[in-house]
Amino acid sequence: MKAVVTVIGKDSVGIIAEVSAECAKHNANIVDITQSVLKDYFAMIMLVEIDNMKTEFSSFQKELGALGERKGLDIRAMHEDIFNSMHRI
Amino acid sequence: MLNINDILETVNMIKQENLDIRTITMGISLFDCISDDQKKLESKVYDKITKSAENLVKTAIDLENTYGIPIINKRVSVTPMALVGANCDKDGFVRLAQVMERAADTLGINFIGGFGALVQKGMTRGAQNLIESIPEALATTNKVCSSINVASTKAGINMDAVKKMGEIMKETAYLTRDRDSIGCAKLVVFSNIPEDNPFMAGAMHGMGEPETVINVGVSGPGVVASAIKREGECDFSHLADVIKKTAFKITRVGQLIAYEASKRLNTPYGIIDLSLAPTPAVGDSVAHILENMGLEKCGCHGTTAALAMLNDAVKKGGVMASSHVGGLSGAFIPVSEDAGMISAAECGALSIEKLEAMTAVCSVGLDMIAVPGDTSASTLSGIIADEIAIGVINNKTTAVRLIPVYGKGVGESVEFGGLLGHAPIMKLSDYSSDEFIARGGRIPAPIHSLRN
Repeated sequence: MKAVVTVIGKDSVGIIAEVSAECAKHNANIVDITQSVLKDYFAMIMLVEIDNMKTEFSSFQKELGALGERKGLDIRAMHEDIFNSMHRI
Repeated sequence: MLNINDILETVNMIKQENLDIRTITMGISLFDCISDDQKKLESKVYDKITKSAENLVKTAIDLENTYGIPIINKRVSVTPMALVGANCDKDGFVRLAQVMERAADTLGINFIGGFGALVQKGMTRGAQNLIESIPEALATTNKVCSSINVASTKAGINMDAVKKMGEIMKETAYLTRDRDSIGCAKLVVFSNIPEDNPFMAGAMHGMGEPETVINVGVSGPGVVASAIKREGECDFSHLADVIKKTAFKITRVGQLIAYEASKRLNTPYGIIDLSLAPTPAVGDSVAHILENMGLEKCGCHGTTAALAMLNDAVKKGGVMASSHVGGLSGAFIPVSEDAGMISAAECGALSIEKLEAMTAVCSVGLDMIAVPGDTSASTLSGIIADEIAIGVINNKTTAVRLIPVYGKGVGESVEFGGLLGHAPIMKLSDYSSDEFIARGGRIPAPIHSLRN
């Protein structure tokens, strides 16, 4: 099973490092990263494997959310199926 | 990998445009609870509801976390109580409503529907007792919702029931007068009631339904309104396409949640209700969709046509996205629950007459409309009769949920709070329907050829 982590907000130093560290802490394996910076606006999307996570998915979500709050970013982790069902027939 | 723009679109729909799942509603059959002993009946009803839905709230919260989409309400609908408690007297039905409330509290759900009766052709003694018990039942509970079906295209209109429901509305308003007559917000009168509707106050678990079932109601007026705004100037063919595509995406999320909920609760999946259900929150309004199409204010000339197109396009997009569609499926136009409707009613752009016309082309009917507290029962019945006739003749569901706010008149407003919102008191006709309503009897079922 995979989840999509989205990070949206103002660009700053070390965003990828901190989000990746959070993933590593929970043993969520990053399989793909896409990012774009438009002016100061930062959008990153990570695809992570969640099958071998050490913690509950909900605590992973909560800690990512808390990291987002500290950095002034919107960080979410959502099961990939919501995107698959919405955008693929 | 998924396209970055698609992902951001979904996140934006949830974060900015209020996309949510309005409700997961579990339907529960109570036929096996029937008993001639009131106490036994009550304990069986309580046990059946609390056992069948014990994991409903937890599962909904888990789904909310996994998929990152808010699930606003968790609800239960049951077999129309007039059938389950056919032996009960008036007090017995009040107690049954209180049992439903207790079960709802135990489960932690938001609403429980099905305290109702089907009386389109006539009333059994049980149905009569249930209807008599409604004012007290709704005054002594908070989560119990009541729906009465007074007409159908096949049976015609039971005008005795229409007359009675005007009186019951009035009495319910009086008994909850200390809370701005909120009891009436939990009472709805239907024609052609759907048996699988997950939305309140009209949810019930129909007679052809399985033992238990999961029905899901989606929402998303904000998403449609934004999509139309983004599109800017374009003709109606293009606009209909934009709405269809958006409705498709919204419904796919509902389908995913319904499928997962059904799997996790080991309960069959019933239907997705494709309704665009607004809330009083800014950016979650059906009226604003119509205004984004180019109307200065919801209620001006052109509103009915705009709503007709919206309703049809939502269904076309939604049907493709879901394996089973049912319930009310269409755009809701509850006045107090929609920021745009409230503002249109306050400035006088939207009248009850225009709302009545709008209900001919969208789902539901005259919904959450506050009217003066001194409105007579026969005038309320007259409004019900008009709205129900639209449903019966056009072979569609219509419903009436009016709140005759005790002690208030035109120019004042009423605050219900939460999803129920607030509303200005709307002006009604000054002329009497007394003699018309007093006739009683039944309006015969309509003919279905020679259509004009």
